[in-house]
Amino acid sequence: MTELGVALPDLLRLVQAHLFLSGSAVVAALVIGLPTAIMAARNRRVGAPLLGLISLLQTIPGLALLALFYPLLLIAARATSLPIPALGFLPALLALGLYALLPIVRNSVAAIRGIDPALIEAANGLGMTGRQRLWLVELPLGAPVILAGIRTAAVWTIGTATLATTIGQPSLGDLIFSGLQTEDWRRVLVGCVAAAGLALLADFMLALIEGGLAARSRWRLGAGVALLLVATAATFLPIPNATQSKGTARVIVVGAKNFSEQYILADLLETRLRAAGYRTERRDNLGSAIAYRALAAGDIDVYVDYSGTLWADVLRRSDTPSAKAMLVTLAHELARRDKVRLLGGLGFENAYTFAMRRSRAQKLGISDLDSLAQASSKLRLATDLEFLSRPEWEAVERHYHPAFRQARAYSPTFMYRALGDGSADVITAFSSDGRISAMDLVTLGDPRGALPHYDAVMLLTARVAQDDKLVAALQPLIGAISIETMRQANGMVDRDADKRTVEQAAEWLATKMVKPNK
Amino acid sequence: MIHFAQVSKYYGGRGVIEDITLSIEQGCFVALVGKSGAGKTTLLKTINRLIEIDSGAITIDGAAITALPLASLRRRIGYVFQGIGLFPHMSVAENIGLVLRLQGTVAPPERIAELLELVSLPRDLADRYPAQLSGGQAQRIGFARALAAGPSIMLMDEPFGALDPVTRNALGGAYRALHDRMGLTSLLVTHDMSEALLLADRVIVLGGGRILADLPPRALLQYRGDESVRAMLDCVRDQADRLEALSRSAG
Ligand SMILES: Nc1ncnc2c1ncn2[C@@H]1O[C@H](COP(=O)(O)OP(=O)(O)O)[C@@H](O)[C@H]1O
Ligand SMILES: [Mg+2]
Repeated sequence: MTELGVALPDLLRLVQAHLFLSGSAVVAALVIGLPTAIMAARNRRVGAPLLGLISLLQTIPGLALLALFYPLLLIAARATSLPIPALGFLPALLALGLYALLPIVRNSVAAIRGIDPALIEAANGLGMTGRQRLWLVELPLGAPVILAGIRTAAVWTIGTATLATTIGQPSLGDLIFSGLQTEDWRRVLVGCVAAAGLALLADFMLALIEGGLAARSRWRLGAGVALLLVATAATFLPIPNATQSKGTARVIVVGAKNFSEQYILADLLETRLRAAGYRTERRDNLGSAIAYRALAAGDIDVYVDYSGTLWADVLRRSDTPSAKAMLVTLAHELARRDKVRLLGGLGFENAYTFAMRRSRAQKLGISDLDSLAQASSKLRLATDLEFLSRPEWEAVERHYHPAFRQARAYSPTFMYRALGDGSADVITAFSSDGRISAMDLVTLGDPRGALPHYDAVMLLTARVAQDDKLVAALQPLIGAISIETMRQANGMVDRDADKRTVEQAAEWLATKMVKPNK
Repeated sequence: MIHFAQVSKYYGGRGVIEDITLSIEQGCFVALVGKSGAGKTTLLKTINRLIEIDSGAITIDGAAITALPLASLRRRIGYVFQGIGLFPHMSVAENIGLVLRLQGTVAPPERIAELLELVSLPRDLADRYPAQLSGGQAQRIGFARALAAGPSIMLMDEPFGALDPVTRNALGGAYRALHDRMGLTSLLVTHDMSEALLLADRVIVLGGGRILADLPPRALLQYRGDESVRAMLDCVRDQADRLEALSRSAG
């Protein structure tokens, strides 16, 4: 199973989720797009601006479109006070559906407008009503071109659906994104190959139907439709559950942001919850800011966040009190604002810390942020994707006034790579990262206290926090994980040689938990 | 009877049909001739409301054409045009049976065969598709399709325009015979004066949106009025004379 980096039933479930999402998006786009196209084809005054608008939507990058639906749905939910989910299937469906709209509408308009005017005149002259003309002439004659549009939409959608992972909708992107984080290239490859395979299959199937319609070949049309039915059936086929035990009906949704430590901790939480008889689900690869809002909105039930992140993002504070004072204030404020329960710290910090290769730091005589700032005009900084827009960076600039020769943002994996291959001199590492010891990096001190503490804390929704049994299942994790243990667990997953899976690392971590003394 | 009362049609302020008053008797075969741009097509299409008039009124047997739903009006009037417009995704039989299908009935195979026979085509053409027909066959199917629902009025806009002269001549003669046999009221738009003279009971010459002459063929040949009408007639006579001279010199 692990030759693929993923268990087969899990892979099949992702394929199904991917197919269901892409299929629904294309069907939704068709249901909305075809009538729109018919209207646009008949009325040029409506048609031109409409097509322009849809083309404009297409220029929004897929990832951004997906991300935009999150706040939009939150607003919609608040405005209507309906339980509209802002994460998962709905926003993914809406974004992908919008994306699929352009090829469908554009082709359908072209198909209808492109029909020989003599045929339209004949249709009118014979006394067809508008509807009869549509069904007897325009749609049948336009079908091949309309289908070509559906085909393009399907291929685009299947590709873009991999991005749905980032807003908590399972898809083949789960493999790609988590594989990218843990540098498990098998997972990335399996995810890509599976998505490409699905796209090719959809293309082939629709090409058969399209060709069958154009050439009036019943055989090809039949084969295409049969394939379509098989694919639809396969999407809904139940797959035996390999990893989940049957438990009570209650499903607890465990969230994770997009890096190895989060996957490992989420796995640890899941294992404990399942042992306590709960059924669990995962929402992985949530953006750092999205994760908390997802919890506040009840889209996920429990996840691990970091005190400094919550301090800056949720409380919008830029001061740096002591770790303890921060936790007390957070627990109070989160409960007050969003009824979120801060269950407690896990015992280690995953703080932003500036890191350099030991040899380089020694040569330049850099040991803390003061000496780093002095030498900064010669140095290139690599950060994760969000650091440069975070208040922590503002605080560092305010306290130390660095002026780096270059500052670039990378996804975390590539940030370390950039340091490794010499395209960066300093990175904003994470203190619990296994690569700090593996790559022999030095972390630079923060004498002016610009960077806040980042204690790993478990957050629960009010709904699950009321469940004593559940809280009891998670309580033993408080204070149970040391920074060294966490670094090692992260290292197992992130290193290149003798790599372990997230599940193996989480199992190992469970054996290394320390009993809290108090 | 089709009656036009002071009918006008304007495009951008320009009168394409201007103040036309006209009656066409039941059973009459009328040819509309004139130079291109004279307004023939426009006048024809006002009858089945493919073009809506701007002023005046048109009645059929005393009833305003606007009184009926558009689709029913058109289904009662046969329409044939130069573009033919057979639907490529339908077989010959399906094309012919279309108006009946629009009315919610199905044309039985005998009726299709009968209609094919009416336009002098073999029955076994029924299963073919338009792409497999010659131009002449296709326009005969066009006629069969227009006649399928038993209309009493036929509107034809240069229906033979794209056909070779032999086919054109044969089809013209065949249609005239049909007209007589079925007691139709026919309006044929053509820019060919000799075709008009030889087929019609009454020839209306249009020019600049007005009626320049409206006479039976025999009387039209004696016409001494409008100069452009005389030029059209002279052209036909001239050709006939030269042919006559040619055949005499050969004999
Ligand atoms: N849709 C239209 N818009 C503007 N002018 C038109 C339109 N249709 C026809 N015309 C003009 O009306 C005049 C008569 O056209 P038509 O009835 O088609 O002439 P004919 O059939 O005798 O050749 C022509 O000058 C033509 O350019
Ligand atoms: Mg014309």
